[in-house]
Amino acid sequence: MKTYLEPEYTVERDDDRCIRCKVCVNQCTFDTHYYDQEDDKVYSKNENCVNCHRCVAFCPTQAITIRRNPNAYTTNDNWTQEAIRDIKRQAEVGGVLLTGMGCDKPNYSYWDRLLLNASQVTNPSIDPLREPMELRTFLGSKADRLEFELESRDMVLTTKLAPQVCVEAPILFSALSYGAISFNVHEALARASTEFGTLFNTGEGGLDSRLYGYGSHTIVQVASGRFGVHPDYLDVGAAVEIKIGQGAKPGIGGHLPGEKVGPEVSRTRMIPIGTDALSPAPQHDIYSIEDLRQLIYALKEATDYTKPVSVKIAAVHNSAAIASGIARAGADIIAIDGVKGGTGAAPKVSRDNVGIPIELALASVDQRLREEGIRNRVSIIAAGGIRSSADVVKAIALGADAVYIATAAVVAMGCTVCQRCYTGKCPWGIATTDPWISKRLNPDIATRRLVNLLQAWSAEIKEMMGGMGVNAIESLRGNRLHLRGVGLTDTELKILGVKMAGE
Amino acid sequence: MSWIKLNNSYNDDKVIEGCSLFGMMNLKGERFSSKDPVRAIANMHDRGNGLGGGFAVYGLYPDYREDYALHIMYMDEDAKKDTDCLLQDNFSIQIDEEIPTKEANVKDPPLMWRYFVQPKKGLIQNQSDDDFVMEKVMKINTKTGRAYVFSSGKDMGVFKGVGFPEDIAEHFCLEEYNGYLWTCHGRFPTNTPGWWGGAHPFNILDWTVVHNGEISSYGINRRYLEMFGYKCTMQTDTEVLAYAFDLLIRRHHLPIEVAARVVAPPFWDEIDREPQEKRIFLTALRQTYGSLLMNGPFSIILAHQGEMIGLTDRIKLRPLTAGVKGDFLYLSSEEASINLVSPNPDRTWNPKGGEPVVGRLGGMGLKELIVRGVIQ
Repeated sequence: MKTYLEPEYTVERDDDRCIRCKVCVNQCTFDTHYYDQEDDKVYSKNENCVNCHRCVAFCPTQAITIRRNPNAYTTNDNWTQEAIRDIKRQAEVGGVLLTGMGCDKPNYSYWDRLLLNASQVTNPSIDPLREPMELRTFLGSKADRLEFELESRDMVLTTKLAPQVCVEAPILFSALSYGAISFNVHEALARASTEFGTLFNTGEGGLDSRLYGYGSHTIVQVASGRFGVHPDYLDVGAAVEIKIGQGAKPGIGGHLPGEKVGPEVSRTRMIPIGTDALSPAPQHDIYSIEDLRQLIYALKEATDYTKPVSVKIAAVHNSAAIASGIARAGADIIAIDGVKGGTGAAPKVSRDNVGIPIELALASVDQRLREEGIRNRVSIIAAGGIRSSADVVKAIALGADAVYIATAAVVAMGCTVCQRCYTGKCPWGIATTDPWISKRLNPDIATRRLVNLLQAWSAEIKEMMGGMGVNAIESLRGNRLHLRGVGLTDTELKILGVKMAGE
Repeated sequence: MSWIKLNNSYNDDKVIEGCSLFGMMNLKGERFSSKDPVRAIANMHDRGNGLGGGFAVYGLYPDYREDYALHIMYMDEDAKKDTDCLLQDNFSIQIDEEIPTKEANVKDPPLMWRYFVQPKKGLIQNQSDDDFVMEKVMKINTKTGRAYVFSSGKDMGVFKGVGFPEDIAEHFCLEEYNGYLWTCHGRFPTNTPGWWGGAHPFNILDWTVVHNGEISSYGINRRYLEMFGYKCTMQTDTEVLAYAFDLLIRRHHLPIEVAARVVAPPFWDEIDREPQEKRIFLTALRQTYGSLLMNGPFSIILAHQGEMIGLTDRIKLRPLTAGVKGDFLYLSSEEASINLVSPNPDRTWNPKGGEPVVGRLGGMGLKELIVRGVIQ
């Protein structure tokens, strides 16, 4: 069938600058560029270009410019370019449209409509370069109170404390599963977490045994496919996470195509080489909250009550009630992933339409747990669309104990959010298991870039906290008086629990 | 307009103020007059702006030491009638009298009444007397918004209002009273017109707080306390401090030294250097009670029967000086006030940020394992 789809992007090459080095030809995994020996020229097949900027970044003479195809259909606010293209594509293939990364639609972000406070006159701001500024965070169930006994005039703690994990800043790397991403990415995440003092999440594809040495900085995930879940895997992690849902595709399972299942992924996921890894939409042993309780306690039994158990859900309409149930079911941590959360592959319709913004879900969950007097029982990790240290600070002030970042982490490693993760051909060597492509991601460099990002954000968080006049992250957590809203309705302000700016 | 509205009329996040503090305690429990405390707080006149002054006195009513002494402000006669009914329903009232006052340089004093009461037997079920009284106090304070209990402990009392502290002392005829422990406050509110109930000390049962500072962590401190049933109706950070200590000490039975470590904990790098047992203890404390860390500049003098505690935030953004002479312990925003009433003290010192100074009747101190040198 002749395609009616026009190229989305056009590649412009400045022939005066091009030195025919063929870097672009070699770097593009979508075969966009080719060298014509007869003409001694490099040409591009625009229709293959995904705007990943790999060639732009690596062209030594800055000869390449990529533009959105200027050929646009007649302007129409309802029948947008995207709507028309999607229909044409579906008319040609007859299937679900896939995409990668998080929802790219406007209007779902509340971070930009929240502003932070600072000290003036009546209290001093604190200079983080001169004074201690503490970001250390413990995740896990907290006691409602501590009890002591006096033994020969010494205070002896008698309260039995639940297991905790410690992070040096309230930022963790969110689930990126091995198989969806390469070994090198996992290695970089593990090493960066260890070097900085935080945790990375294995995602649902297990953990390659070569990375067991980083176990104390690893959250091992147990998802509906149970890939790579075995006693050693549970033992090696610092915490265990049950994945119920994901913000990019709430209510939907996963599908790792067989082409991505090579020998190493096969061994780690415990499935035959070349078979599709299908994660069912629900966990088939969890059809209700009491089933979740059983799995939580099965995992606690399996790990001898030494590790916190987290439950990750997508932010959906009844998140507050669901979170309350999860807390009562015995989870130590609840991770909530908002509608902007990323993915390696999701149906586009689901990514862009299902779920709710993390800001609203987080605010209502935190408030509900407080009203029920059980906020201490669980830590909350907010995920899905955290783009900057300011977003982190706002999430903490709304009530999160910590945030998960994954898109920001892969961007730090090179990703340009071109949304083609599902193709397995990620030109930046991230969302791929192709040995030829994935080796272009150097774990040493990627580790450095990740640690730099965490350090930079931590420094910025300290600056903002110092400005507010607080020197410990626990004084910011849930402290919504440090937030004000702009451009929000009364209902939005009420759900967020913040006042209007100027109020 | 109700008291509650008056307290924070613009609905600001919290009442913001700067202040002077003074505390004086005879560690043997010998009672003394208001003369020195009033002179000392008056010496810091310029730290206040005349919009609030107050005193808490312990060992005040030895003749009625078993009764709860309720000091109540009334906005009008109706409020008094309603409150009297509530009191009669719940308490047996021994004495019921107007608090003696005289003309002084103070503005619009409300009607102030004093009651000595006992909870009615038979009304209390599964509740301590203290919890019962606290519940009724909260009820009176929130019910009409026109009656305000500003003192509710035994053998102690709070006197406070709008004016400079020396004028408040004169108004309440404080020269007539004796006590073994006095705390004093001069107030500099930035954003409220100043009303009589908004002055310090703040009180619940026999706990009082005088406070200089602004709690930048107020938002979360308040939300945390709300989980434990405290209603922070006054929207002041001082109220939050009082409730925090009530929760930690009265309800969770933490010793004051440990409670001080909750509101002003050591830094993690200090904790990390401690021996294992203490490290686990201090870590558990921060993990459990992190939401009660009082962040931002403050110095406070906290008192209850038999104890006076001075404390600042952990990086000491507001001043506090301590002094000892003979059996007397002094705490003050400025050292000059100590020197004024007690020339040539045995010693004066500046406590470190977050390090409590505790004055206690008798020798009932805990072994100071948990905290660094407390009783000086």
